[in-house]
Amino acid sequence: MCQVEEEYHEQLERVDTPSASKKCVKCKEELAAVVIRAGDAYCRKCFRESFIHKFRAMLGKTRVIFPGEKVLLAVSGGPSSCSMLSQVQEGVSQNAHKKLRFFPGIVYIDEGGALGQCKEMRQKTTSELCDMFRSTGFPFYILPLEQVLDLPGSVLTPSPPSDQPGSVYKAAVDLFLQSGDSSSDGKAEEQECVSLPAVQESHTRLLQQLIGSAQTLTAKQDLLNTFRQHLLVHTARTRGYSKLMQGDSCTRLAVKLLTSISLGRGAQLAQDTGFSDCRYGDVTVVRPMREYSAKEIAYYNHMFKVPSVVIPNLDTKMPDKASIQRLTQNFVTKLQADFHSTVSTIYRTGEKLQTAGRDSSAAEDAKRCVLCVCGLDTAAEEASALQATLISEQLSQSSVKPEPPASVGQCCSSERPCGGAEGTGDCCRSSRDHEATDLRSLLCYSCRRTVRDMSSVDCLPQYVLSVAQRRQNRSAMKEQISEFLLDDADENN
Amino acid sequence: MAAPVAVHLEFGGGAELLFDGVKEHHVTLPSQSEPWDMKQLLVWIQRNLLKERPELFVQGDTVRPGILVLINDADWELMGELDYQLLDQDNIVFISTLHGG
Repeated sequence: MCQVEEEYHEQLERVDTPSASKKCVKCKEELAAVVIRAGDAYCRKCFRESFIHKFRAMLGKTRVIFPGEKVLLAVSGGPSSCSMLSQVQEGVSQNAHKKLRFFPGIVYIDEGGALGQCKEMRQKTTSELCDMFRSTGFPFYILPLEQVLDLPGSVLTPSPPSDQPGSVYKAAVDLFLQSGDSSSDGKAEEQECVSLPAVQESHTRLLQQLIGSAQTLTAKQDLLNTFRQHLLVHTARTRGYSKLMQGDSCTRLAVKLLTSISLGRGAQLAQDTGFSDCRYGDVTVVRPMREYSAKEIAYYNHMFKVPSVVIPNLDTKMPDKASIQRLTQNFVTKLQADFHSTVSTIYRTGEKLQTAGRDSSAAEDAKRCVLCVCGLDTAAEEASALQATLISEQLSQSSVKPEPPASVGQCCSSERPCGGAEGTGDCCRSSRDHEATDLRSLLCYSCRRTVRDMSSVDCLPQYVLSVAQRRQNRSAMKEQISEFLLDDADENN
Repeated sequence: MAAPVAVHLEFGGGAELLFDGVKEHHVTLPSQSEPWDMKQLLVWIQRNLLKERPELFVQGDTVRPGILVLINDADWELMGELDYQLLDQDNIVFISTLHGG
């Protein structure tokens, strides 16, 4: 008790450092083998159980994946996505407790072309992954990133979701159970065993030009991510998959959250880092690995022999400050080393973000960014920060950048023929400027920054340019006939 | 004089890219008067095995944040981190968690 002449004879409390003789906090019997978060030490068995349970709980509590649905797993070969693959494999297997009831497929996008890898290297990696996928028994697709150049423009337009909804999750489960467990038919699907489709040199060169046209590594990574996502969504659509699973871990999402804010993607944070992302309409992107920290995944993969392949990417072996993404990753990782709750705090904050509800309706695609398909956030109102940025940009532009020789083709692409004679340098250049600036009006703020970094907008794939063109034409046409259009307000007279 | 210590090192998760792509190394640490501990092992690795970009593996005294270290399949945080004293035939694994996803 507190007294005046008290003396403390006991030792002061010391920091409790975990020691080798520490017992698992869950079963309290076995010796602990791994420390998760701050001070929670688990033994191997309990760790494995909690790892597997977390995956099922994540899918179960969000109730987004309906039984009998086709789900495409986007596997990059890295630890998180391979871990996700092994979890799904285990969950779908016959003898699992509370079997997962969807039909998975696997897709791998080979980005070697964009990174300048040689053909042998790409072939080697692909065949390694091919073997890994084949052993799972699921249908798999291996696509080179070069295919993104041939995508149709429809990938940028959100389609309405197929008739899924309306049915409450529980009702769907009951219906599925009643109709008999037909999951054994899932495996009868022919495994599409494809070796890497032959890639034309010209396509690889175009792709390299596209990535190379961005001056900074930040913009390059952003572009690569965007186009990879487009190809994934297109694959899911054309093969009949309604869900796309991506293996972003908690650490990675925390880094992505901070990076997105730095890149100006604050308005799209909820979709970029949330569990489900509905911006494409019929294909929903889900992220079931978002509660696993990178350490847990690495430990699990090592202990339980989950195969994964190390594939270098754009920022491998780059210095710390090479790109915003890399810098943020270093920052978060270093902070996490000293303060073990960093990643989970960032993650929990991110969990609370929600979209304003705009994108759930099939919004007119005129209001969507042409690159990232999120809602446009660039209504520059009076006295907003965006307007101030635009004004200062205009003021600081002292000279026009010298344009590369204009191609004589696209001069009179808009409805109104341009004032000057065709083919003269001036006319083409001004309309080229006109086009470049107009593309920006179709992009959200961060995509604008990325495109601004590119030396030439023409390097963008054809589908992006043609969709942009079409939207510009549409809005120009709408302007022309706007006085003849009936407003909703008029109709209510 | 302590006997030379033979340890089995493994690098994974992308860390092997700094070691010429070689994932497994059997090394024998020369004998010295005090027992080997992790701190000295890191210095030894940096001097003898690391082929390029030391700052991507080691930071100051310890490993770079983001690299998971397992000693005999247990987290090194449970074994005392840098102060752990190496025993013969120990298995040390360095996994980079920064690469890939």
